[in-house]
Amino acid sequence: MVALNGSSVQELMKVDLASTSVRELNAELHAPTARRYEVHNPRGAEAIAVGLRHAIEVEIHGPAGYYCAGMNMLADVVVHGSVGTGVAENMMSGSVRVRGDASQSAGATGHGGLLVVEGSASMRCGISMKGIDIVVGGDVGPMSAFMAQAGRLVVCGDAGDGLGDSIYEARLYVRGRVGSPGADCVEKEMRDEHVAELGQLLADAGLPHDPGEFRRFGSARRLYHFAAHNSAAY
Amino acid sequence: MIDPAQAGLRESATFDRATIAAIQRAAETGVYDIRGWGAKRAVPHFDDLLLLGASMSRYPLEGYRERCDTDVVLGDRHAGNPLHLDIPITIAGMSFGALSAQAKEALGRGATEVGTSTTTGDGGMTPEERGQSKHLVYQYLPSRYGMNPDDLRAADAIEVVLGQGAKPGGGGMLLGQKISERVAGMRTLPAGIDQRSACRHPDWTGPDDLTIKILELREITDWQKPIYVKVGATRTYYDVKLAVAAGADVVVVDGMQGGTAATQEVFIEHVGIPTLAAIPQAVQALDELGLHRKVQLIVSGGIRTGADVAKAMALGADAVAIGTAALIALGDNHPRYADEYAAIGSAPGFYDDFQDGRDPAGITTQDPELAARLDPVEGGRRVANYLRVLTLEAQTLARACGKAHLRNLEPEDLVALTIEAAAMARVPLAGTSWIPGQGF
Repeated sequence: MVALNGSSVQELMKVDLASTSVRELNAELHAPTARRYEVHNPRGAEAIAVGLRHAIEVEIHGPAGYYCAGMNMLADVVVHGSVGTGVAENMMSGSVRVRGDASQSAGATGHGGLLVVEGSASMRCGISMKGIDIVVGGDVGPMSAFMAQAGRLVVCGDAGDGLGDSIYEARLYVRGRVGSPGADCVEKEMRDEHVAELGQLLADAGLPHDPGEFRRFGSARRLYHFAAHNSAAY
Repeated sequence: MIDPAQAGLRESATFDRATIAAIQRAAETGVYDIRGWGAKRAVPHFDDLLLLGASMSRYPLEGYRERCDTDVVLGDRHAGNPLHLDIPITIAGMSFGALSAQAKEALGRGATEVGTSTTTGDGGMTPEERGQSKHLVYQYLPSRYGMNPDDLRAADAIEVVLGQGAKPGGGGMLLGQKISERVAGMRTLPAGIDQRSACRHPDWTGPDDLTIKILELREITDWQKPIYVKVGATRTYYDVKLAVAAGADVVVVDGMQGGTAATQEVFIEHVGIPTLAAIPQAVQALDELGLHRKVQLIVSGGIRTGADVAKAMALGADAVAIGTAALIALGDNHPRYADEYAAIGSAPGFYDDFQDGRDPAGITTQDPELAARLDPVEGGRRVANYLRVLTLEAQTLARACGKAHLRNLEPEDLVALTIEAAAMARVPLAGTSWIPGQGF
């Protein structure tokens, strides 16, 4: 482990992935000896800062590859750059903020915590989400929130085709255009409680939009049971 | 009612009574049939193979005196803590949701008593199962229902499930009757709905991505846990090569006879290949990579007896897994429930409606009253007994072949009774040196 700022319990540890392996970094983050970490030269490496389970802060300066901050618990992770597939996948708690764009399956299957993508996110953003909150500053690609079970997805730009296909109980908020809603996903009324929760999510994400500019989408609950008359829906 | 045979009536081979009933059922309901169990059609299987006991040219081991060891190490390719099992017969993945909590606990108790592993399933890990299972394999499934990194870390191995033999290429389903409040809570779904499980993983799309996914799982668990990859048997040769290239420590190949809790009948009977046909493909792939016995091969799908265990291992498996047979050991399809099976339109030996949650044996149900019929301690004893019998039977056969360890069984110990089995298993037709497809 190359720790530029000492190796005992400390306020800040800087880790340079040009000279330290991802394995060494993750081992340190799993048994942290510092409260805050700065990771330099990530150079798109996969599985950076995965499996964290302590209330630490990790700032990654540069682009990260697949599964950055995967399965995060408690930690707050910021990526000053873009991320590959599956950022914050299956996050349980804590937060992940991406200052750039995110590739496919951002926040996939997440159970909790807050994922903020300040840029845009690609296909399948929030796929099978199970309680996570995701706020995307730009657009999301097709099939986002596919089979989304719980949690909230906020899209400040446009959403691609098949939004919320086969959605369960997640709530989706879109400020721009929706290519097309997926099977069993419908636009729903924005009631006061939705304006309030959306306002809170935007505030948490630090995005200055007016909740009144958004539309809400959710499940029509017509496909919750197998039935012959639904066969054309799939 | 007349006896059709006595009356000289002729049944159609093409439109037999089961087919006629299926057409009439479809016409009445407008939906396909969903059921549990695995393929019920006859396919070439281990019964079509025989072992060549020792005589003049081979030297047997004394049945009641000389050791025939059974232990197996799984996952020592990359994992810091591989599994050390006393017997090479494991319990396959079956979910809490498909099975009652008591059934899952019983499987854990039985496996632990004889020193082998059991496996979670869709929907996550229950405390009952973890608490009673010394060696617990945690399935990592497309749905990620109940997927929790703490459970991942608490597991003894991780099984990345790409498919299962009953339905390669298909997702799962758990019908509303079995989505109790507890099951729904674990899966983050409304109670009572018909729940679908995805057929594809949500955050990777091909073998190259799987390589990175496995890397992530290793990083999260600090390279300590063995990582299995499970595939339903179809293009097994290629799938095994890709799984190994992606970094699997262990490959699990599940043949089409492998069970399911709920799948379309048409899927169960018409997709996938028999276990017998899959094993040689898997072994060939491992051999060509120079990793046979280094990446372990677990085979499942229709394992019933110690003979099946011995034959699977002779073909090159390092271990086997049982699912349906373990449920039968717990009491599934027992004649004592004949009247209750009749009341739901079934009979002992035929019951396969695992999807509807009305299992008289209390195994494939979430109904509290039915589930309470299964005592986890007694169930565990039965499973342990059955596993012991499988082991003793396999040892008996291995000793007869002169093997001091089950893993020493080899294809040379086998012959086939049918041309089909000889071709699939790649062993000679009995009494000949002919392996169809490999010349004369």
